[in-house]
Amino acid sequence: MLAASCCDRRMCVCPGPRRIAIPVRSSRLPLFSDAMPAPTQLFPLIRNCEIGRIYSTVCHCHHKHLCCLSPHLAHNHLRCTPQKKLAALCCPKENFNPFIHTRSYVSTPQRFYLTPPQVNSILKANEYSFKVPEFDGKNVSSVLGFDSNQLPANAPIEDRRSAATCLQTRGMLLGVFDGHAGCACAQAVSERLFYYIAVSLLPHETLLEIENAVESGRALLPILQWHKHPNDYFSKEASKLYFNSLRTYWQELIDLNSGETTDVKEALINAFKRLDNDISLEAQVGDPNSFLNYLVLRVAFSGATACVAHIDGVDLHVANTGDSRAMLGVQEEDGSWSAVSLSCDHNAQNENEIERIKLEHPKSEEKSLVKQDRLLGLLMPFRAFGDVKFKWSIELQKRVIESGPDQLNDNEYTKFIPPNYHTPPYLTAEPEVIHHRLRPQDKFLVLATDGLWETMHRQDVVRIVGEYLTGVHHQQPIAVGGYKVTLGQMHGLLTERRARISSVFEDQNAATHLIRHAVGNNEFGTVDHERLSKMLSLPEELARMYRDDITIIVVQFNSHVVGACQNEEF
Amino acid sequence: RMFLRLLSDVRWWTVRPRWKSTSSFRHTTTSSAESSTISLPAQAQVVICGGGIMGTSVAYHLSKLGWKDIILLEQGRLAAGSTRFCAGIVSTVRHLSIELKMADYSNKLYQQLEQETGIKTGYMKTGSISLAQTQDRLISLKRIASRLSVMGIPCEILAPKQVSQLHPLINIHDLVGAMWVPEDAVVSSADVSLALANAASQNGVQIHERTSVSHVMVQKGCVTGVETDRGQIKCQYFVNCAGQWAYELGLSNEEPVSIPLHACEHFYLLTRPLKKPLESNTPTIVDPDGRIYIRSWQGGILSGGFEKNPKPLFTEGRNQLEIQNLHEDWDHFEPLLSSLLRRMPGLEALEIMQLVNCPESFTPDMRCVMGESPTVQGYFVLAGMNSAGTSFGGGAGKYLAEWMVNGCPSENVWPLDLKRFGALQSSRTFLRHRVMEVMPLIYDLKVPRWDFQTGRQLRTSPLYDRLDAQGARWMEKHGFERPKYFVPPGKDLLALDQSKTFYKPDWFDIVGSEVKCCKEAVCVIDMSSFTKFEISSTGDQALEVLQYLFSNDLDVPVGHIVHTGMLNEEGGYENDCSIARVNKRSFFMISPTDQQIHCWAWLKKHMPNDSNLLLEDVTWKYTALNLIGPRAVDVLSELSYAPMTPEHFPSLFCKEMSVGYANGIRVMSMTHTGEPGFMLYIPIEYALHVYNELMSVGQKYGIRNAGYYALRSLRIEKFFAFWGQDLDTFTTPLECGREFRVKLDKGTDFIGRDALMQQKQEGVCKRFTMFILEDHDTDLDLWPWWGEPIYRNGLYVGKTTSSAYSYTLERHVCLGFVQHFDEETREALVVTPDFINRGEYEIDIAGQRFQAKAKLYPFSSVFTHRRRKDEMELSGYHGK
Repeated sequence: MLAASCCDRRMCVCPGPRRIAIPVRSSRLPLFSDAMPAPTQLFPLIRNCEIGRIYSTVCHCHHKHLCCLSPHLAHNHLRCTPQKKLAALCCPKENFNPFIHTRSYVSTPQRFYLTPPQVNSILKANEYSFKVPEFDGKNVSSVLGFDSNQLPANAPIEDRRSAATCLQTRGMLLGVFDGHAGCACAQAVSERLFYYIAVSLLPHETLLEIENAVESGRALLPILQWHKHPNDYFSKEASKLYFNSLRTYWQELIDLNSGETTDVKEALINAFKRLDNDISLEAQVGDPNSFLNYLVLRVAFSGATACVAHIDGVDLHVANTGDSRAMLGVQEEDGSWSAVSLSCDHNAQNENEIERIKLEHPKSEEKSLVKQDRLLGLLMPFRAFGDVKFKWSIELQKRVIESGPDQLNDNEYTKFIPPNYHTPPYLTAEPEVIHHRLRPQDKFLVLATDGLWETMHRQDVVRIVGEYLTGVHHQQPIAVGGYKVTLGQMHGLLTERRARISSVFEDQNAATHLIRHAVGNNEFGTVDHERLSKMLSLPEELARMYRDDITIIVVQFNSHVVGACQNEEF
Repeated sequence: RMFLRLLSDVRWWTVRPRWKSTSSFRHTTTSSAESSTISLPAQAQVVICGGGIMGTSVAYHLSKLGWKDIILLEQGRLAAGSTRFCAGIVSTVRHLSIELKMADYSNKLYQQLEQETGIKTGYMKTGSISLAQTQDRLISLKRIASRLSVMGIPCEILAPKQVSQLHPLINIHDLVGAMWVPEDAVVSSADVSLALANAASQNGVQIHERTSVSHVMVQKGCVTGVETDRGQIKCQYFVNCAGQWAYELGLSNEEPVSIPLHACEHFYLLTRPLKKPLESNTPTIVDPDGRIYIRSWQGGILSGGFEKNPKPLFTEGRNQLEIQNLHEDWDHFEPLLSSLLRRMPGLEALEIMQLVNCPESFTPDMRCVMGESPTVQGYFVLAGMNSAGTSFGGGAGKYLAEWMVNGCPSENVWPLDLKRFGALQSSRTFLRHRVMEVMPLIYDLKVPRWDFQTGRQLRTSPLYDRLDAQGARWMEKHGFERPKYFVPPGKDLLALDQSKTFYKPDWFDIVGSEVKCCKEAVCVIDMSSFTKFEISSTGDQALEVLQYLFSNDLDVPVGHIVHTGMLNEEGGYENDCSIARVNKRSFFMISPTDQQIHCWAWLKKHMPNDSNLLLEDVTWKYTALNLIGPRAVDVLSELSYAPMTPEHFPSLFCKEMSVGYANGIRVMSMTHTGEPGFMLYIPIEYALHVYNELMSVGQKYGIRNAGYYALRSLRIEKFFAFWGQDLDTFTTPLECGREFRVKLDKGTDFIGRDALMQQKQEGVCKRFTMFILEDHDTDLDLWPWWGEPIYRNGLYVGKTTSSAYSYTLERHVCLGFVQHFDEETREALVVTPDFINRGEYEIDIAGQRFQAKAKLYPFSSVFTHRRRKDEMELSGYHGK
């Protein structure tokens, strides 16, 4: 449930607060006492008092307008809202709850948390922009560029992002990865997945060329050009190991040579499955180097979802595993914005997913498969990389853990076998791929982890980005001079202007702008600085209770190129 | 009509002849063409700079008091600055009683001004309604109401329904109540200013427009004249009433006078008349929760407000660009407009006339600035009205005039005294940041123990980081950070910061445990903010001057500490301090934090110009730690290997000794609370060492950090008065039971002696009294704060000056002054102990009266220490 921060930062193998929950009968307040044994047993590191404190803040996190509502309301709200994300809560004492005041006179909240420049420096710490270079004054790519950013809630952040241009084939790859139970898996996937995809897309001759180069020790053809923020790192230690696995993959592809032209959809699916397989295999085989050995185990025992877009001309493919989302921003003829979903969430809200899982397992397990909207009552996403606890047989898990390093053995979470675990695997990394042909009205694509989608409606996301990118915000000051204007008319005009201006001026990056709204929006849909600075000044160990990691990539399309491509083809 | 002047300069000229014809100005220049022909006089007694409501009011009152040789200089035209643009609301709804008195006087003055001068002032008694959208706001209004009613100003708390009967347009659906003050008025402030100028000039004041002052000439710390763009004028007194330019004018001197104020843009809206024009006597609405005020104006309305995000301007001085940018900013006004339409939805169809942008000046603590400069004699200031210039104009001018003529005003104006600030508040960055907090504060709810958030961490003790890391919560006094209390680890900080309430605050238990530790073990409080002076001389000069300036006998053996007042001629406290005789010719003087400027100026003013007499401000040289509690003795003796028991180290004794490795620590056996313990004055480089040693050695005695709230509770339950809170320049030692600190027969004369002699014979007319609330429920009832009316046998007898919860008595304790008014004449009669003791008392907290027991002496039985009475140290200068 809610280890606010990982039990041990260094290890990061304990259950993340959100994605994996320990089963309890109910999440409602009155039954909390029943839930006590499980959590205390599983989280020996959390002292009782901390649970109390964390709990009290959880209440906060579950109603969205925490800054604006009175504590009184908050309490009521809590009582009637089923806990969505955190299935298990425990309630050690009665007296800690700060909301049960005898009086509700508590007045003005403290007004100065962070100054606007401080807020901006936090929001902009991870922002990154890439513009596709122009040739001869013309941009021939269908992509103008992209803005990306992420805002941590976990410490360290468990989200990852990647962006790269394929050099041996055409196209651009962009992806967001949401880790759980630590960041190891998300990190590995963010480093490796695009190589697997690129390799899957390569024609037979190029693969041969590369293999020959490696064989004879010649310089390798570059496969990907990465577009990385300085904070996005690659693991140096594991690169050799990763490379070997990748090489095995392309060798197999060479052997398998079907001669057919590579289908992007198939390539994406193969790459996802292959990488997950490699992660699992590396953990089973182990590594003589104890550091690497521990790393591959951490990668395998943690998990990550992935949402990847491949854009080549007017062909847009989105491969999604888990509950991150890709949303297309479409500008209608009247200038308004609408959102087109290009991915399906793999979670309990998706009936097809529940259906799929039920078909994959015997009827006897039907009732235990999905509990409290979680896979086996534990996992929020129904598809993910890593998470071998949901993939390996019990025997295999035990064997690997026993032969593994002590750190792994000491960790209660890794030893814990999910309940009703009869017919593994329960989890797959196979993505759902959606193909979309870009049209001139498709202006941008938003890829984001669920940290964004759970705070904002997709329609709002698209509208905010759309208005930001088209820059309707430049306004002249108003002067009444000479005109007959009534107070009501003026008021209407000003309200409209304010809604448009909001905070656009402050951001040079669409993703930053979106995060500002996601974190700082008040009930009127405008950014409230007070709220924003409050949310950002939360202590590290509390932040996760109010919000999730947010990672966003906004890809902007070049409508002219898209239009031209379309015309050529017809 | 005057209002037209708001709109165009052209009309000003057309209106002007009418005004000129009614006035009898002879010396006034009215146009630039004329101005060059009439030359300035070469000298005058007083030169006033600024022809706004402040300058004209000072001129008016000075001339009324009999001073005739006065010149008023105005750089543009009279009443053309903020005065010309301001909304003209005269309201007595004020939080400070001195401000309340000023507003009340102004109201009465303006009311009869038209009759006196024959000039129309636009005075209209409209009354004002202050609205409350929340219960907290209503409490705040009730507190004001109970103060207004004891002042004899009619006021009434209304239910929302009654509000709609008083005002036709108002939406009452989100209101919980309101306060109705029927005597409040509106005026045309420019016309008031002109009327005052007119009356002054009839009394002989010369007024020169289009004359700007470039700087004030000073010799030997005294004003000698002013330099203007039209030549010099020699003068004795200079009055800076330059409004938002007062800061710049102060800095233009060779020896700068720091006048901390800063301008912000302020907007208000004017509309055309309603279909059915609004009556001119429609009450003024103040909706502080909506941040707006609304008054009737020419059949339409005038509405402005104090937004959350003010726009400060003129930070870099007078800037032509910024002046030109003073346009209407509708986007900025939008929240206020929304608020207006929510309050009066019927105005939607009303046509806009103009959005006026009129800069107002604000001060760092939301109180105006008046008084004499601490550095330049004869340099007076009246400015920084925080957009209440019309309300304060009359009263403030009167007090300043009295100050100049009589040497002191007739009321205690310390809260407004320029000397509460020093040079440390004059940074432009500080002012800019602070006024951005102050302007919204005008309509923010004022809850007890409020601290500014901007302009902080300016002066800190070397221990700041250490204490902060241990959970200290800070308050600021005179720029100095002082710990309020220490949040124990594990407390939910988010919840704590939301504790702004009129009821029991959530630090209650935290402070309670600190107090308990002071009583049972030992606590450390960092009190470095106190003002510390050293006076030394080659011969006996230091002793002589101190004997003259202080009422107690300072000719004590070396090593003794004397609590004494620094009195004025009337016997009132100018300062209350502790003086240690460090050696035969050198004294160490400890005063309250905010006395740094005032006390320095007072000493400088009264000290002979003798190079053998040295006065030094050593505040910054020492870190002061207060070690309170019965185990302080043990901690200190363990650290110094010296016996610290009362036999070896009697109370009120000062010794330099070593503590830990550090030598030369001034240890004083006093705590400012009446509890046993020591003050340690530590040269700053040793501060961290001594603190660390105290904490590590003290561990086994249960030592912990404590803050000012604990200190405050301790000193109030011990009936210790605090200068600036309980004591002021109108309080004598006899009135607060401190006869034993006055040595009338110490062999030398001292300032205030005659007054005290007389008072001793005649008896005192007010008496400092301690009240223990009887039927007050700490958990459920509103807490007393200060300024609550005291009733004796149902009759008003005075106000509280401070209050705290006593953890020892488990009751609230209020301190305050009791007076005895003759029922017929309202004359103040002598107050005897018998009068105090034979009364049934009640304290009025926001309209609810609580029974209280009055005491003239502290409870000694409750507290366990055995002390001789002459050892009782009754001092305190800690924060509020």
